[in-house]
Amino acid sequence: MSEGIGARVLRKEDKRFITGNGKYTDDVTNHGQCYAAFVRSPHAHAKVKSIDKSAAEKMMGVEGVFDGHQLTGDGIGNIICGWAVASKDGSPMNMGAWSALATDTVRYVGDAVAVVIADSPANARTAAEAVMVDYEELPVVVNAGEAIKDGSPQIHPEAANNLIFDWEIGEEAATDAALAEAAYVCEMDITNNRLSPNPMEPRSAVATYDASEEHYTLYTTSQNPHVARLVLSAFYQVAPEHKLRVIAPDVGGGFGAKIYIYPEEIVCLWASMKTNKSVKWTADRTEAFLTDAHGRDHITKAKMGFDKDNNIVAFKVDTIANLGAYMSLFSSATPTYLYATLLSGQYNIANIHANVRAVYTNTTPVDAYRGAGRPEASYLIERTMETAARELGVSPADLRRQNFVTEFPHQTPVIMAYDSGDFATNQDAAMKAADYAGFEARRTEAASRGKLRGIGMSSYIEACGIAPSAAVGSLGAGVGLWESAEVRVNPVGTVEVLTGSHSHGQGHETTFAQLINDRFGLPADNVQIVHGDTDKVQFGMGTYGSRSGAVGMSAIVKALDKVEAKAKKIAAHMLEADEGDIVIENGEVKVAGTDKTLGWHEVCLGAYTAHNLPEGMEPGLKEGAFYDPANFTFPAGCYICEVEVDPDTGKTEIVQFVASDDFGTIINPMIVEGQVHGGVAQGIGQALLEEAVYDDSGQLLTGSYMDYTMPRADDVPSYVVSHETTICPGNPLGIKGCGEAGAIGSPPAVINAITDAIGNNDLSMPATPAKVWAAIQASQTKQAAE
Amino acid sequence: MYETNYHRASSVEDAISKMGSADDAKFVSGGQTLIPTMKQRLAAPSDLIDLRHVDSMKGITIDGNQITIGAATTHAEVNASKELRAICPAICDLAGHIGDPHVRHMGTIGGSIANNDPAADYPAAMMALNAQIATNKRTIDTDDFFTGMFETALDEDEIVTAVTFPAPAKAAYSKFPNPASRYAMAGVFVAKLKNGMARVGVTGAGADGVFRHEDMEEALKGDWSSSSIADCKVDADDLLSDLHADNNYRANLVKVMAKRAVEASS
Repeated sequence: MSEGIGARVLRKEDKRFITGNGKYTDDVTNHGQCYAAFVRSPHAHAKVKSIDKSAAEKMMGVEGVFDGHQLTGDGIGNIICGWAVASKDGSPMNMGAWSALATDTVRYVGDAVAVVIADSPANARTAAEAVMVDYEELPVVVNAGEAIKDGSPQIHPEAANNLIFDWEIGEEAATDAALAEAAYVCEMDITNNRLSPNPMEPRSAVATYDASEEHYTLYTTSQNPHVARLVLSAFYQVAPEHKLRVIAPDVGGGFGAKIYIYPEEIVCLWASMKTNKSVKWTADRTEAFLTDAHGRDHITKAKMGFDKDNNIVAFKVDTIANLGAYMSLFSSATPTYLYATLLSGQYNIANIHANVRAVYTNTTPVDAYRGAGRPEASYLIERTMETAARELGVSPADLRRQNFVTEFPHQTPVIMAYDSGDFATNQDAAMKAADYAGFEARRTEAASRGKLRGIGMSSYIEACGIAPSAAVGSLGAGVGLWESAEVRVNPVGTVEVLTGSHSHGQGHETTFAQLINDRFGLPADNVQIVHGDTDKVQFGMGTYGSRSGAVGMSAIVKALDKVEAKAKKIAAHMLEADEGDIVIENGEVKVAGTDKTLGWHEVCLGAYTAHNLPEGMEPGLKEGAFYDPANFTFPAGCYICEVEVDPDTGKTEIVQFVASDDFGTIINPMIVEGQVHGGVAQGIGQALLEEAVYDDSGQLLTGSYMDYTMPRADDVPSYVVSHETTICPGNPLGIKGCGEAGAIGSPPAVINAITDAIGNNDLSMPATPAKVWAAIQASQTKQAAE
Repeated sequence: MYETNYHRASSVEDAISKMGSADDAKFVSGGQTLIPTMKQRLAAPSDLIDLRHVDSMKGITIDGNQITIGAATTHAEVNASKELRAICPAICDLAGHIGDPHVRHMGTIGGSIANNDPAADYPAAMMALNAQIATNKRTIDTDDFFTGMFETALDEDEIVTAVTFPAPAKAAYSKFPNPASRYAMAGVFVAKLKNGMARVGVTGAGADGVFRHEDMEEALKGDWSSSSIADCKVDADDLLSDLHADNNYRANLVKVMAKRAVEASS
């Protein structure tokens, strides 16, 4: 059976995962290891008047108790935001200081003020409870819309009215003029609910300082260990890069939350030097809820204008984005360049203007979470399209179709240049799979059972493989967004692929190995994928934004090209043939049209014995490559959700979910389908179940699974998944990316289905039974009044 | 978890004696509420006295029409009892839908009613089935036993040993789970007793914990049908509001669950 591109190869890594033999950060145990426990603020906003460590320092097993003044005194730098977004008046963003341990002010519940290092987790925690912090409580604001009003509590001195930036994209005057001329304007008030990321494995760090070498090693739950090392070195001054090794071993899910470099890793590294002990910290679930960067949290007003023939003429968007108490690493890019640049959706829209105000509040920092900006854009556009169709009295499918972009490349008014796609074919496939035409009969049948049945569509587009580096640099990014790879062929012909991508559930060990199989015909078992260790892989930008396929694998392909070229040269020399006649297939190296053949391993051994190499050739068979994409990639698709609502309780059941996606070339369809299943489940979670809720005093009410509703198996349906492929012209494999699409495309499909079922467009996420029931009551009251 | 001392009681008397000699002890049965609370360091008893191995508190006895369930009987045992299912399937079904398999194999009926979580399932059944709660000291009428959220008539040194109730003519329990915790957001146990009375126990919704709905009981006494309670009013003022559901929604759920329970009753 083929193990090449397009084959459903079972995941190599699952053997260790499902037998409990994965090696995660918390599994790392060093001799004499100590444990960190953080003293965290119980207040959402307070002055720290004093910290009394004396009782804790005397407690059993305690190696040290440290506060923020000691940390900054040792020269550890403030936590940075890595993407500078300027306001529309040209002024730089108003970023407040974020010290890994707060010194003077705490700004959200969970903000760390001190750390205890002790010989056991229990002793550390007990001593942390004995650290006496004297707080003077300050007024609190948690809602971004409230935070920018005059007179609201001031969270950072640098940001007047808590405004970080007031940014815009597109032409406002032209958009306003087009709206004024429009035959019909659809107006929407949309809230995108705040989410807790909830990777199964909580964040963890094990830091070890070797005093004799002045060298640090950090095991950490990271999606991008090289970026972590760069930031820890260049900005936090923990250690220079060559004196810091960062290892992200098996990582149990990231979803964005493990991109960032958090206070805990910085503190563990620093504390390992202070105590000369290996220091471990693993978040408990409460700490995960309180401190893992949250996602989404937008408040938006939007207007979409149509001409008399129902063509879209303008889209105007005004968004307030809640960034929480501090600016996390990519918090500024998420609600701007990853959001407003996608506001054209799949549609021809001549005029778009978006204004985004980013705001501090006394809540957990907010940053990219699976989809990052694109779910917010897609939800806004697709709810607006469906609502407009209902108000215009036309088919939602037809309204979309007549406005689809059909010619590529297509330049939108908001930076993006779509390179490929076939949106109508996606829609056709989804409508056929969903039996869209037969829906009304199903609605009638459901009504006979007392159920309200509804159908909703979402035609999403997103952007992956954020690039090219020069372009993102010009937009304010502090890093390049290329990827690196190195292919090491061993003398016996087995292959090690070192990649800067990082797998935390994606299945890279399988998918990447399929590239080698496809190229040389080697079985996947002869290939080892190496990632996640800065001492092994030279550099890499990591995995997020569905970039490992489009960017990471492209780098591997470039390295493979070099390996193949050299192997052919060697083989041609050994076989006394012309280099152009050499073919490599099924593990053999042949001269085309002859019976002259060498085993792959013979060529590899020849490269290393160097007994018979072409004149002047270096021995060995190892090649590296860096790949910087020329453009984003644009996965797109059509999702159709069908629901039944129990009018007595407001409970929604998803009775059908159809996904038709265009991900470009697919390497392993099984893994891609799994990505869609997981992404859609997360999207259903956002649409029906999940919300991080604060009370007015800034306490997180959803700080455990007793109150935060994670999707469970019985909350989600069986999915009908298919692919309608157009090849991405921008990278050698034609890949677009699949990691986030499900979470981006599904929420509007679900809400459009429920609002169709209940006859009320005024419904916010999560559409809990209580909210849906109230919306049904409201529409009944309205109908009765009419 | 803070350090604690674990004691396994061999008898009810032994448990009471151990309680008397400890500093700040707590009885523990299945521990499905207390142990997680201790793990979060929100409770720190000096001693735990485990009641789960007291033989006299375990098992289900059926004597004619009288059902007795020992306090240390697990939810899984109640769910699986064929003898009990033959005369009161509603209580078996209720037990089979508490928590998850782990909870059902550890948690006990005595622990559940002594804890009186306002969203627990068993208190509604006890109310509706007009149960007598036996303790080491006395027998308490169910109407006097549940006194408020997490509050009961039990003294500090008093242990629930068993619950006793008559097999009903018809009964059923219908609950609408909280989407996150899957505890009852509103759970209604309806019972048509063989003496002609109807009783309705409501959990998950009351601002003071479990309660009986007497209007529905009156309506059902005359006509055991879901339509008979269609006009009964559920007063939202007496109900809980939280981030999952306000009191108006809960009032609706109480009515809907009551109707569904009556329709499902057997």
